[in-house]
Amino acid sequence: MKAAVIAENLVKTYGTKKEVTQALKGVSFEVAPGELFGIIGPDGAGKTSLFRILTTLLLADSGRAEVDGFDVVKNYEDIRHRVGYMPGRFSLYQDLTVEENLEFFATIFNTTIEENHDLIKDIYAHIEPFKNRRAGKLSGGMKQKLALSCALIHRPTVLFLDEPTTGVDAVSRKEFWEMLRMLKSQGITILVSTPYMDEASRCDRVALVQNGAIMSINTPEGITCNYGKALVAVKAENMFRLLKDLKGFSGLVDSYPFGEYHHAVLKPGTTEEALLAYLQQQGHGQPELKTAKPDIEDCFIALMKTTS
Amino acid sequence: MRTLLFLLQKEFRQIFRDKAILRIIFAIPMIQLIILPQAADYEMKNIRLSVIDHDRSEYSRKLVQKVTASGYFLLNSYTASYTEAMHEVEEDRADLILEIPARFERTLVRENEAMLYMSINAINGVKANLGGAYLRTIIQDYNQEIRLKWLQQPRFSPETRIEVTPTNWYNPLMHYKNFMVPGILVILVTMVGSFLSSLNIVREKEVGTMEQINVTPIRKHLFILGKLIPFWILGLVVLTTGLIISWALYGITPVGSFFTIYVFAAVYLLALMGLGLIVSTYADSQQQAMLISFFLMMVFVLLSGLYTSIESMPKWAHYITYLNPVAYFIEVIRLVVLKGAGLHEIRQQLLIMLGFAVVLNTWAVLSYQKRS
Repeated sequence: MKAAVIAENLVKTYGTKKEVTQALKGVSFEVAPGELFGIIGPDGAGKTSLFRILTTLLLADSGRAEVDGFDVVKNYEDIRHRVGYMPGRFSLYQDLTVEENLEFFATIFNTTIEENHDLIKDIYAHIEPFKNRRAGKLSGGMKQKLALSCALIHRPTVLFLDEPTTGVDAVSRKEFWEMLRMLKSQGITILVSTPYMDEASRCDRVALVQNGAIMSINTPEGITCNYGKALVAVKAENMFRLLKDLKGFSGLVDSYPFGEYHHAVLKPGTTEEALLAYLQQQGHGQPELKTAKPDIEDCFIALMKTTS
Repeated sequence: MRTLLFLLQKEFRQIFRDKAILRIIFAIPMIQLIILPQAADYEMKNIRLSVIDHDRSEYSRKLVQKVTASGYFLLNSYTASYTEAMHEVEEDRADLILEIPARFERTLVRENEAMLYMSINAINGVKANLGGAYLRTIIQDYNQEIRLKWLQQPRFSPETRIEVTPTNWYNPLMHYKNFMVPGILVILVTMVGSFLSSLNIVREKEVGTMEQINVTPIRKHLFILGKLIPFWILGLVVLTTGLIISWALYGITPVGSFFTIYVFAAVYLLALMGLGLIVSTYADSQQQAMLISFFLMMVFVLLSGLYTSIESMPKWAHYITYLNPVAYFIEVIRLVVLKGAGLHEIRQQLLIMLGFAVVLNTWAVLSYQKRS
């Protein structure tokens, strides 16, 4: 089956001759129909530019892209009929009510709420009690559900969600990912961008982007499996001094804070015992050492170091 | 069609929900129409006069009486010397000095002529000009009266005299307000038309809803129409309110037909919305749009012939007024209100305005891009 989204060597540059920012430096990837594809990278990695190109809002400098088999430049009108886009910033009419917003987007897509009610009912049910409230007066989580409902009202085949969970509390984030799972089961291809590494594991496949380039595309498991180095989580009384001492140890590739622990990446040939001995010698008493399973963040940091 | 109706419904909902804007739309015209015509008055009154009467005769007293009785002048002070009078001017207590020389009466009676000295503070050019002219006319009048008293009119006057009796057509009593109120009304309609329409679209840009709209398959012209029509209607509503106020407050009813005014206003608003649209496609924020509109408004109003007549402008400014839609509407509304012009008489202005509407709106639609 043909891919739902194809990007080939997309390049986008902003600015004039003096101050040029390369937002995208030749980005290529493919997303299979019905896939939940995550684009993960820090702020300024080029995620929004990529989404704006794919949703026909922005023209790429070079490269080509296809969404649902249509070219983003030539057949942009067809694409606009079949994609749903939820920008990172809440961009519905704050002075219209929940229901009016939904009705408005249904109408400009030439459909009605009733026609596609089954698709959004699970999401809309959360905000239906407030349907006569102005959108501007909703809480962050509810705004986001409304935005998702509006993006879905015309039954899109491909859904673009630009940082949907930024600024949303942990419970709402969890709920939101469950909603995406549900939508995926309806056969909708979903592209979602996020700066949160921990959300990567919820995607089918992820692309790690940094500075306008894709560093790796794989399943979340695939990315962590490719890590290939020994990782140790370390904890001691004085965490600040511990980090400084870890940096000073020649047997490590890298070390960085990670939650309540510090992660230390061991060079091949360095053992945990050697690290422990070193730390004890530095006067850390009995530091807690345990082998850690690398997650996406570890992989991201490692990839960032190797590509830069 | 269904989409357009829905867009209009949404637009009106938003307008009526923004109570502040709504109040401004209706409060501004009313307040301006009530205050401005009263304040922006060309008839100079209360010109402060200082008199130096060296003669202190019956004739000089009569002259001063006649001047003050005209209603245009306020007698500020009688001073003994010119220096003292000048001091009054310097202190900004007097605008005009009239010096009556000693032996004024005697020379006038004996030698049949006498000199008067007039000194004008020209900081305010209009006041100086008009004040001087008024005083001159009054003195001439006075002169005439004296002569009539002296001379027994012979059957045939020995000197030929040409007397001019003007008739003020279309505004017989030279009511300043009849001329000003329609002009101010045009400015109000212009503000609603151009400011609000451009601000509205830029707001969608600012809030981000524009981006959401742009990914939808909605047609460009439909979206723009949905934006234009509400403000077009609002503009006509403001015009109607304004016409009602000018009738209720100033008793001004057009000599011509309302139909002519509305036909022209409809086309005029169309042209203005085009302008507002162009501003909104180039501006990224409401501040930018506001400042551009403000600048345009200033130029338009000053070069519109509202306060100063276009004919007396320098040639280059005259050419600029050809590009000023406000000037056409002010001209037309005065023609209709005061002179009773019909569609046939204003056809040239109407055609030009139609041209404006077509050009500006085409430009706007072309420059509005759904993608960057």
